[in-house]
Amino acid sequence: MFEVFGISSQALFGQLLIGLINGSFYALLSLGLAVIFGMLNIINFTHGAQYMLGAFAAYFLLQKAGLGYWWAIIIAPLIVGATGIIVERLFLQWLYKLDHLYGLLLTFGLALIFEGTFRNFFGSSGLAYTVPPALQGGQNLGFMFLPNYRAWVIVFSLAVCLTTWFVIERTKLGSYLRAATENPTLVRAFGINVPRMITLTYGFGVALAALAGVMAAPIYNVSPQMGSNLIIVVFAVVVIGGMGSIMGAIVTGFGLGLIEGLTKVFFPEASNTVIFIVMAIVLLIRPAGLFGRST
Amino acid sequence: MELAAGTKTTDTVRSRGDLIAFLVMAGLLVVAPAFAYPVFLMKALCFALFACAFNLLIGYVGLLSFGHALFFGWASYVSAHAAKVWGFPPELAILSGAAAGAGLGAIVGALAIRRQGIYFAMITLALAQMMYFFAVQAPFTHGEDGIQAVPRGKLFGFIDLANQTNMYATVLVIFLGCFLLIYRIVNSPFGEVLKAIRENEPRAISLGYKTERYKLVAFVLSAAFAGMAGATKALVFQLASLTDVEWQMSGEVILMTLVGGLGTLFGPVAGAFFMVTLENYLTTIGQWVFVVQGAIFVICVLLFRRGIVGELARFLHIKL
Repeated sequence: MFEVFGISSQALFGQLLIGLINGSFYALLSLGLAVIFGMLNIINFTHGAQYMLGAFAAYFLLQKAGLGYWWAIIIAPLIVGATGIIVERLFLQWLYKLDHLYGLLLTFGLALIFEGTFRNFFGSSGLAYTVPPALQGGQNLGFMFLPNYRAWVIVFSLAVCLTTWFVIERTKLGSYLRAATENPTLVRAFGINVPRMITLTYGFGVALAALAGVMAAPIYNVSPQMGSNLIIVVFAVVVIGGMGSIMGAIVTGFGLGLIEGLTKVFFPEASNTVIFIVMAIVLLIRPAGLFGRST
Repeated sequence: MELAAGTKTTDTVRSRGDLIAFLVMAGLLVVAPAFAYPVFLMKALCFALFACAFNLLIGYVGLLSFGHALFFGWASYVSAHAAKVWGFPPELAILSGAAAGAGLGAIVGALAIRRQGIYFAMITLALAQMMYFFAVQAPFTHGEDGIQAVPRGKLFGFIDLANQTNMYATVLVIFLGCFLLIYRIVNSPFGEVLKAIRENEPRAISLGYKTERYKLVAFVLSAAFAGMAGATKALVFQLASLTDVEWQMSGEVILMTLVGGLGTLFGPVAGAFFMVTLENYLTTIGQWVFVVQGAIFVICVLLFRRGIVGELARFLHIKL
């Protein structure tokens, strides 16, 4: 153990680790928001609630079906993604021709419905979800103690983010997706089923949120409000990064998590607000966002 | 945007119609205490003013602020603090609340109008959340307890507001005064420019209007009226608390305006009375309130985008 600026390395790197973990959730969620916004032109306010649904799905799979973490990490995103597809077919598809703001208002209403329902049954206190046996314990790295589960969360979410980036930017499927974002009518004229692509994109974005929820379950408690405060921070992340670039969303997410972690060490009073302050500064200096095209 | 476009009528006919509708509303509100509990009416009036302030932005400039609780809640803190700690008379306490709303509005507005559309909503929401955390941490707000037992004081030194009738009359005068002021703003040459920005901002720019400046002024005005509403509410309930700065409150004012009718003059008032009445009946069902609110959002957006007053106006072929 050693000290940096009068702060023990354990405290410093411990907070940086928490920062990276928060950052990986910011990255996963803002990535989903960006993908959904690109195709649907809707800011998905329900994203936080769908993250919460992912965590609850993992909890139910364990309690009711006896399926552990490794099953949950596959099944929960599929289930929640499927509910996303239902939501898109039932509600969102009627809004594409309207002003953006109606999509925001409708998804806000859905978020209230999901969160209110769960709060009614589970109250505000959290439910514990244990770390899977394979990832319990940790490594002593000399300058800090690294719990295995936290290392896994960072590595796995980074892998998911980069895979998503690869699929969208480097594959044929991704090129259809990008083309449909730019000009859906033209892409339809080439015989590609754009409405189905939109539905699946929404399902995929929602599944990413649910995946983040499953990963968050062992770290934070599973609680009905876990998504609502997070989504507002993620909105700030999206404003900072701009939604034009997939890689931008990933870099901004992890970067802001680190900044938040550092703030917790050096100026804990501002740790809740630092991301919003960064957002204000970015708006003053680069109004279009760090990676955004000017709108 | 699909807002009440309205048929072109001559100005005199329209303003006579508005006058009649206003007098009907004012008359109803004057006799209302005979039929309903005054505190309930005052609460509804504060929210009606809050919704009118919000509607000034969404309905006439096309800007969706998702952070209006910031101005409402912080103004209520400032007026409660001014009345209780500094011993301000009620008229000054309310005005200092409105001034706080305007000041915060200038800062938030200057930042938020740098981005358009959906980003505007996200920025206002994020800044409001930041100020919520300040309210949780700042010592003068007393955190979870809020500022309690705020004295209502004597208006102009001789009207005792502890008397419920006097308080109701004061709230009613504030509400009607602000409503007329908003009406005047919306129908002024300045208001016409705002509507032009709502319809087609690039075109307004090409005509030589500095739209950013107009948007900022509209934002500050809206924040000041929202502050006026929050400051008044703090005196009515003698309490300023965290509920008024939370994001749920921003959502609630959007819902009131949406239910009543975006961009209609009387819609926010109708929506506020509707929602406050509804919540009055729903206090017993606990967390289901959020579900009901969410369901109303979904129904309004999908099936009922004109709102109560918008649909009524369409049915009667008039503009309200």
